[in-house]
Amino acid sequence: MILEDLLNKPGEWFKGKGPDANIIISSRIRLARNLVDIPFPKRMKPPQVEKLFERIRQAQEKSNFLRGFEFLKGTEISPLDREFLLERHLVSQEYVNYSQDKALLLRRDEVCSIMVNEEDHLRIQVIKSGFDLQDTWEIANRVEEEFSKTLNFAFSLNLGFLTSCPTNVGTGMRASCMLHLPGLIMTKRINRVLELISKLSFTTRGFFGEGTQAIGNFFQVSNQLTLGLSETEILSNLSGIIKQLKNQELQAREYMLSRYRLSLEDKICRALGVLKNCRLISSSETLSHLSLLRLGIDLGIIKNLDTELLNYLFIMIQPAHLQKIYKKSLSHQERDSIRAELLREKLERVYIR
Amino acid sequence: MLCDVCGKNPATVHLTEIIEGKIIEVHLCEDCAKKKTEEFQKQFNIADFLSELVDIDSLDKITLSELSCPNCGLSYEEFKNKGRLGCAECYSAFKDKLTPLLRKIHGSLRHRGKVPKLEMRKELSREERIKELKQHLERAVRLEEYEEAARIRDEIKQLEAEKTKKNKRSNKRSNKK
Repeated sequence: MILEDLLNKPGEWFKGKGPDANIIISSRIRLARNLVDIPFPKRMKPPQVEKLFERIRQAQEKSNFLRGFEFLKGTEISPLDREFLLERHLVSQEYVNYSQDKALLLRRDEVCSIMVNEEDHLRIQVIKSGFDLQDTWEIANRVEEEFSKTLNFAFSLNLGFLTSCPTNVGTGMRASCMLHLPGLIMTKRINRVLELISKLSFTTRGFFGEGTQAIGNFFQVSNQLTLGLSETEILSNLSGIIKQLKNQELQAREYMLSRYRLSLEDKICRALGVLKNCRLISSSETLSHLSLLRLGIDLGIIKNLDTELLNYLFIMIQPAHLQKIYKKSLSHQERDSIRAELLREKLERVYIR
Repeated sequence: MLCDVCGKNPATVHLTEIIEGKIIEVHLCEDCAKKKTEEFQKQFNIADFLSELVDIDSLDKITLSELSCPNCGLSYEEFKNKGRLGCAECYSAFKDKLTPLLRKIHGSLRHRGKVPKLEMRKELSREERIKELKQHLERAVRLEEYEEAARIRDEIKQLEAEKTKKNKRSNKRSNKK
């Protein structure tokens, strides 16, 4: 089954490839769409859910492009697999919590996943590794157009695409980039930067999206406005902000290297020391050390660690991934020890130059 | 380290939150962390956020509670509580209430993004739509439904305006050539 295949390879967005992938981990576009003649998910009745699934499957059958997607009903995915998909950022928390009347369309390369009947009938998501909003948008747009050949979307000339929540109406598009900003955190410039972003009507979120913590020095920056701007304008505004953030981060790193090189190296080397020798470790501690390893690679302090593996470790050490890798359910404490074991094994050959 | 909230138990849970664009670190004991998570979820509940925005506009409480969508049956009260609309028709049913809300959220009321191909075709048949509306208008006047008539009249005006705008634009373009 498709979900088992996913486990053995890192997903598209943490490959660490693509433009500026050392700081800008991934680019993501999400489009919200609804069918015109079926109520929005919150007001749907079971027969309408079936009707929606049926229509989506028909649209899929009629399109060569969409036929390659796997159609999985929420009820066919086990709770563990749902968590697993969440950890890979392929579904939302809402999807995990209430999956009975939902479905998922998934492309094998994990570039595109489509949630059916989440907050809207269709939530088309495309994630690519690195800073590549344009390409990401083109894929999302293509997927949407394939659906619109057979499906009639709720649309008004004034308000654009009509969505269940008024905060998404218009383009129905949320574009975001995930950034790794340890320099801005260590130099304590991050708060000023985040304030500025929110003044410009962009939102910052943590690693797992809405309402999550800022772990491992990762930040997701996304557009807040969906009405009154075209998709191209939204993307170009976001690009501008992301480029600024990247430059700020680079400056912060340079500043730290010039002033505090030794203490920075010390931090990075200690992080590797902990990860290579620990016997019990929580996921939040792991993430903050892994973040330092990432910085170590960028600064040339750590040499023989593959970025793709490192990126995958951020995901692999999450609870559902650990349980799937070791093929058993694990208690909180067992996880901490297994996590330590996995880290020791994966980082065994990594040394400081 | 002791818990930031109760100051009694040792802090075992360490949270980093982004609140209003600021990073705030919180150290909590197990018990307070549990409470905090509940609070956290509440804090990010979009419905509350929306209903606060909506509240400012709800001048007339009585008519509000009666307002509901003829297509899906969602009442405006329910929308206020949950922050989610019931169907595409809700946008017209609650138009008067949603307009100020959308302006507050997005600062705009005019979609400038992508238009589906199907809508493009509708655009072409604007002429037909105007014809159809004129018939509706006559009927409304005949039945003395003046409110409805006024609405239709405005819609026709808008369509005609769009039409002349478009013609002008295309004239300009052809003049340039």
